[in-house]
Amino acid sequence: MQKMLVSALLFSLLVGGLAQAQTLQIEGSTTVGPIADAFAEYFKRVYPDLNITVKKTGSGDGAAALADGRCDIATMSRFMKDKEFKDAVANGTYPVAHVVAMDGVCVVVHPSNPVGALTTAQIRDIYAGKITNWSQVGGPSMPIVVISRDTSSGTYETFDELVMGKQPMGSGVEYVNANPQAHARVKTTQGAIGYVGIGFLDREVKAIMVDQVAPSRQTIASGVYPVARPLFLFTNGYPKLGSMVHRFCAFYLTEAGQELVEAKGFVPLTAY
Amino acid sequence: MDSKSLTLTLGPSTDRRRPLALTPGEDLLGFIGSYLGRALLFLITGTSVLAVLLILLFVVLRSAPFLQQFGIGEFLTSRAWRPTADEPAFGALTLIVGSLYVSVAALLFAVPVGVLAAVFLSDIVSWKIRNVAKPVVEILAAIPSVAYGFFAVLVLAPWMQGRFGFSTGTNALNASMILAVMALPTIISVAEDAISALGRELREASYSLGATRLETMVKVVIPAAHSGIIAAVVLGMMRAIGETMVVWMASGNATQIPHPWWDLSQSIRTMTATIAGEMGEAPEGGAHRSALFAVGVVLLLMTFVLNIVSEYFLSRAKKATGKS
Repeated sequence: MQKMLVSALLFSLLVGGLAQAQTLQIEGSTTVGPIADAFAEYFKRVYPDLNITVKKTGSGDGAAALADGRCDIATMSRFMKDKEFKDAVANGTYPVAHVVAMDGVCVVVHPSNPVGALTTAQIRDIYAGKITNWSQVGGPSMPIVVISRDTSSGTYETFDELVMGKQPMGSGVEYVNANPQAHARVKTTQGAIGYVGIGFLDREVKAIMVDQVAPSRQTIASGVYPVARPLFLFTNGYPKLGSMVHRFCAFYLTEAGQELVEAKGFVPLTAY
Repeated sequence: MDSKSLTLTLGPSTDRRRPLALTPGEDLLGFIGSYLGRALLFLITGTSVLAVLLILLFVVLRSAPFLQQFGIGEFLTSRAWRPTADEPAFGALTLIVGSLYVSVAALLFAVPVGVLAAVFLSDIVSWKIRNVAKPVVEILAAIPSVAYGFFAVLVLAPWMQGRFGFSTGTNALNASMILAVMALPTIISVAEDAISALGRELREASYSLGATRLETMVKVVIPAAHSGIIAAVVLGMMRAIGETMVVWMASGNATQIPHPWWDLSQSIRTMTATIAGEMGEAPEGGAHRSALFAVGVVLLLMTFVLNIVSEYFLSRAKKATGKS
């Protein structure tokens, strides 16, 4: 905390002279929302005159808002689709991507479960309802209790995209509405499999290796772990150096920015 | 009553010298005032009635695009609920069945307990204890449903897995047990009112014919109060079918119909939990959102029917006690 305050002070000394009443409109993904919120809060403390709004309606809305000029920064949990990019260019906007953090989803099982590694295909089949017993993947004979996050969460979105692909989840999948609840269900259910953000890993659940890669900050930041994806900020062209948009998009490089990214359960890109 | 208290009840402003007839001005004012008052009260009452109608209209209108596009037949008979898949399927049968499962199972737990507790409170226990016990039972209704939900996930679910060896603890049984506890205050309160409203005469007549206390309860009191008891059960069912947070946390939310049908240890998903859990991500103007509104229409129709049924039995209960 003290470190953060000191760096906040330094940061404000460096650029404080330039600050004036400005607005910064941010719109887009619910996954990137917590990061944008934390950055915005920090910026409000450093620049009291700055007026930041963060809307969390979905990556698609962010792309549309940037193309229409309704926002300065679009937060997106995926890269722009071909059509979104073309629409933006047709509107005279040239989207530029900034990766602010990595998002990793860890697959977890009950600590007593001997299964320690699964392939992406096996996990997909478990969630699709094709594999229903642990004995089919080298474990004891025990029905698999499949636990998923609710479909409106960003964690679900990541898992659905990176593991499930186009495959719909089976009808026996249970849905819970928060990371702590998914953690609690796996912790107390012997046959359970679930997935949580890396910030929710502890000794009470066992994170398994996916495609022979164990989840960790290093494997997620480097992209070796399969259930990881970059989170983006999109701006119209590369922001003017020294402008508020530029400072916001470069904030993840500072120590304070990285601490905020980690505090929100994501993985900073920098590997030190 | 002495003269002092009489003046007090009439109030100090009563002026006995005032003429009995009103002046035309006063008369007119009184006339307008009474009509204005009526109009105001009518408006206030009308707002709540209008609100109900507008809610119904709003939900039906929002669900219309979906029903036109996909048809009501598939919606009510298909078991596939895959709203976010590339080829979305909107079959609400599992959700409707899920809602019925937990509410009916909750009633199986709550009705015997609730009716017996109502008989106990009205006929057996002393007046002093009843006056403490009834408010305490009603406190059950004041506990926030999310607190019940946490209890279901963190205590009841692991306990069921350990005790009964269920593979999953968040299931239909868990949800219906919690819903039963939540429906109890309604059932006990309404049934107790109905039973105690029967009056002494009925019970004394039964005793005078030589019936024991048990015979009086089972063969006279409960049958005589059956309208009120049925109304209590229906009100309890409405409480259970409309409950959202508890089923969202305790039922597991798996879109399936238990197989075999009596196996309550499997996860199910209700209509309320689906609406609450999916409304946030369903894009405005899409089929998914209006499908959720269609689920809402089904839910509303069910509660309307239950409401009418309970009104019918409540009015019958009133008539029955009025006669005796």
